[in-house]
Amino acid sequence: MATSSELTLSVRLFLKAYRWRKIAPTPWATLQKPLAQCNLALGSSAGFVLPSQEPFDDHYKGGDPSCRWIPTETSTSDLIETHRSKSFDHDGLQTDPNLGLPLNRMRTLKENGFIGSLNHRHVSFMGSITAPGKFTAKTAPAFAQSLVEDDVDIALLVPV
Amino acid sequence: MCNQTVSLAAAALETRGIATVVLQFMKDIALKVGPPRALLVPYPHGFALGRPLDAAGQIKVLKAALSLLERKDLNPPHLETYMEPLK
Repeated sequence: MATSSELTLSVRLFLKAYRWRKIAPTPWATLQKPLAQCNLALGSSAGFVLPSQEPFDDHYKGGDPSCRWIPTETSTSDLIETHRSKSFDHDGLQTDPNLGLPLNRMRTLKENGFIGSLNHRHVSFMGSITAPGKFTAKTAPAFAQSLVEDDVDIALLVPV
Repeated sequence: MCNQTVSLAAAALETRGIATVVLQFMKDIALKVGPPRALLVPYPHGFALGRPLDAAGQIKVLKAALSLLERKDLNPPHLETYMEPLK
């Protein structure tokens, strides 16, 4: 697993003092059917945008709480990674965006029958949000409700 | 911060009936935030699924994560550890 030793001293000090948001009580949805019949949506905190979309705002105090929809037919080569953090190596995401939004891998799992279907859209957001109030109160409930209306059964969320 | 942000997104989805699994990099943060269902991966930030362009290795991680959704023996929050190191 990653350890804090890979982070800069200033980031380590920030994380040590940071007030993490504890999820309590823990919401818990259970599968009502096999994975092979489930419709899956992806979520990525890599800050991916498409060329036609507004980039995330690096200057937003506390982190840009907005999100972007990524159509499922998107080629991973069209994904632009805009994550603002300088505390990790971006080379992997530049080489293979599947590390942050595994569209190609999920297509394989769908073709193999491991999952039932890939939703027609997936959600991209900026992971580097130190003040998550707006994200928690507005953005996440809104995209969650949209995915409910899409008849999504399961979601995989990938941090960077 | 990404560990927390994806966890908060998962909570919003679970609240609305969508079962989730999140990947996590750092055990101490995962325990502090408590995503409902998580797979702790042994990789550095930016490499949640392992090596770039390693389709087979990435799919192994994804299968391990998604398989948690079918487990009936888990109690929330559940943090599972994925053991496959980078080769």
